Amino acid sequence: MDLYRAHVLVCGGTGCTASNSEAILNTFQKELKKNELDQEVKVIKTGCFGLCEAGPICIVYPEGAFYAGVQVKDISTIVEEHLLKGRIVKDLLYKGAFEKDTIRSLDNVDFYKKQMRIALRNCGVIDPEDINEYIAMDGYQALGKVLAEMTPMEVTKIVQQSGLRGRGGGGFPTGKKWEFASKIKGEQKYVVCNADEGDPGAFMDRSVLEGDPHVVVEAMAIAGYAIGANEGYVYVRAEYPIAVKRLQIAIDQAKEMGLLGDNIFDSGFNFNLSIRLGAGAFVCGEETALLNSIEGKRGMPRPRPPFPANKGLWQKPTLLSNVETFSNIPRIIINGPEWMANIGTEKSKGTKVFALTGKINNTGLVEIPMGTTLREVVYEIGGGIPNGKKFKAVQTGGPSGGCITKDHLDTPIDYDNLIQLSSMMGSGGMVVMDEDNCMVDIAKFFLEFTMDESCGKCPPCRIGTKRMYEILEDITNGKGEMEDIERLEKLAYNIKASALCGLGQTSPNPILSTLRFFRDEYEAHVKDKRCPAGVCQELLTYSVVADLCKKCGICAGKCPAECIDGEKGKTVYTIQKDKCIKCGACLEACPFKAIIKS
Amino acid sequence: MPTSFLCEENFAKLDKVIDKYKGIGGALMMVLQEAQGIFGCLPMEVQKVISQKLDVPLAEVYGVVTFYSQFRLLPTGKYTVSVCLGTACYVRDAQKIVDAIKQELNIELGETSKDGLFTFEATRCIGACGLAPVITINEEVYGRLKESDIKEILAKYNK
Repeated sequence: MDLYRAHVLVCGGTGCTASNSEAILNTFQKELKKNELDQEVKVIKTGCFGLCEAGPICIVYPEGAFYAGVQVKDISTIVEEHLLKGRIVKDLLYKGAFEKDTIRSLDNVDFYKKQMRIALRNCGVIDPEDINEYIAMDGYQALGKVLAEMTPMEVTKIVQQSGLRGRGGGGFPTGKKWEFASKIKGEQKYVVCNADEGDPGAFMDRSVLEGDPHVVVEAMAIAGYAIGANEGYVYVRAEYPIAVKRLQIAIDQAKEMGLLGDNIFDSGFNFNLSIRLGAGAFVCGEETALLNSIEGKRGMPRPRPPFPANKGLWQKPTLLSNVETFSNIPRIIINGPEWMANIGTEKSKGTKVFALTGKINNTGLVEIPMGTTLREVVYEIGGGIPNGKKFKAVQTGGPSGGCITKDHLDTPIDYDNLIQLSSMMGSGGMVVMDEDNCMVDIAKFFLEFTMDESCGKCPPCRIGTKRMYEILEDITNGKGEMEDIERLEKLAYNIKASALCGLGQTSPNPILSTLRFFRDEYEAHVKDKRCPAGVCQELLTYSVVADLCKKCGICAGKCPAECIDGEKGKTVYTIQKDKCIKCGACLEACPFKAIIKS
Repeated sequence: MPTSFLCEENFAKLDKVIDKYKGIGGALMMVLQEAQGIFGCLPMEVQKVISQKLDVPLAEVYGVVTFYSQFRLLPTGKYTVSVCLGTACYVRDAQKIVDAIKQELNIELGETSKDGLFTFEATRCIGACGLAPVITINEEVYGRLKESDIKEILAKYNK
């Protein structure tokens, strides 16, 4: 193997690829060649580092120098200064990686300090397209151990003892699932990985598949051994082309090395894996709908029971888990169940990956031990709210979850605490909102989503989500009445109780949680016809502050409805409220900030 | 509707795809995905062939095609402009980006411009939340957008 004195890791995740990391990679190679360093320094394209806000990112080892927002034009400087002369280019480092003349390595940057990376341990560290790099990080060791030293029952027991719970939403104990599936008798069983990450604002599964695809392959093979299945499917969203490509490469490489296929490690155990693509239906993240979709049918959920462990794919016993759940498995096997059981809270063990997005300084992917508080996530890891705005709420659990307010910022994050707050862990979306976000509008946004994505099989969801959406639309348009709030609540509880699948049952959650914590905002919309956050267009009025108006007439020129009157240089301008279409063009155009919305 | 994409050459390609998957469980989805790659969309003519050759009732084929949002019955424009309306983009004002594109292209969401150049659609989260709000034009991703950027971006394609 060739030895290199330095490594340049360039992020090739979706976020950084979108900000041109491919060109950065190529330029590095070109510049290194020009300086005759290409035999000494190796450039590697890795998966996501997590701190997408600072992209495109590259890290130079052995120093761990963390370059952020790298432009193609900066690269010759990095190569000539850092890699040739050994001087780290301070000006190009991530702002948090440089303090009082000392350079902090990646692990000591605020964003990473409180994190604990288990599921993401290889993301941003290895080249995901090279199986040897995964093997060098102890990859496939767990599979070897399981096949050589353990019985299927022992494997299941270890997963049970670890306390691992499903990371895709409900938090069902993973070990129990394995036990059910292993006990059921059947010639043919299946292992299925749910990589249909549809929750808007969540991208942890994608990052694992892009940054460390082999961990999923290995874990699924282990699961296959434990339950007695020799075939597996990964169901991936077609919206994730990079993830699909890397996963396919991983499967092909594993096959070639005899880590998938027949007689793995000479143990007599066979396991084959293939990818199935989704086609854009959120409901397919629901396990029974997903199975129907793999079977080539409309992705509509089936009634449960029978559960997939009894009758799953093609009516055969099936074990189904999501990407993040699987990515914990090899570590548990290698480190032992006590290791995981010691991380986290009493009933939630291990870590959870969250996609921290919205009104937050450090957007990105974070993996924290269960029991970390929301305050630590938002303020210490996330770096707080941008532009000096006030924190309002964190939305977790996507369209199935709810909002958590500032009063509950010190709640330790785990499955049970989030449910107590009318929210849920969900797959791990964490969207931060500030004072400029209207909570009624957010509830409407999620309802529009579930209404659109309802598969139409059961009436409570098909009709109910539509009715709830209509009521919210009335409220945000200023046509709501106080009875609407009661109707909404009643409808919500009925749908929760009667819908067929998880999508329908949880669809009222965004409404119920905002009603619980932000009822005053609903009432302001209904009673005062006012949107406190200034979001709902229909409830806004624009007006000119006479003292600030410089009579320039720019606003009148921009107004598409021609409803601003005044004479240039002579009179203060005024807006005709009845003709105003509330587009906000005048507000943006006024150089003197003399137009306000209220 | 232009019928040039329904040429014999494309149907020959479709036959090969069907032969490849025939007999495999869940073949219909995979055939439809590749068929859309060949034809650009899945009009009735294509669905009929798939139905006959895979021996799946046409009603079932049509049912699957209309269930999934990525399958389309009509051809798209040369460029597909997709605005992400995931939560992260939404709270960072993706709606304003939608309005700006509507105004620039003079079409509504889901429509194709008269010159056949642009199809405008909303998409679910593409996972580039760190760059919110984002749009994609075919494979190209544009992030950290402001309404004022739209005109310039679209102009690049409008030649």
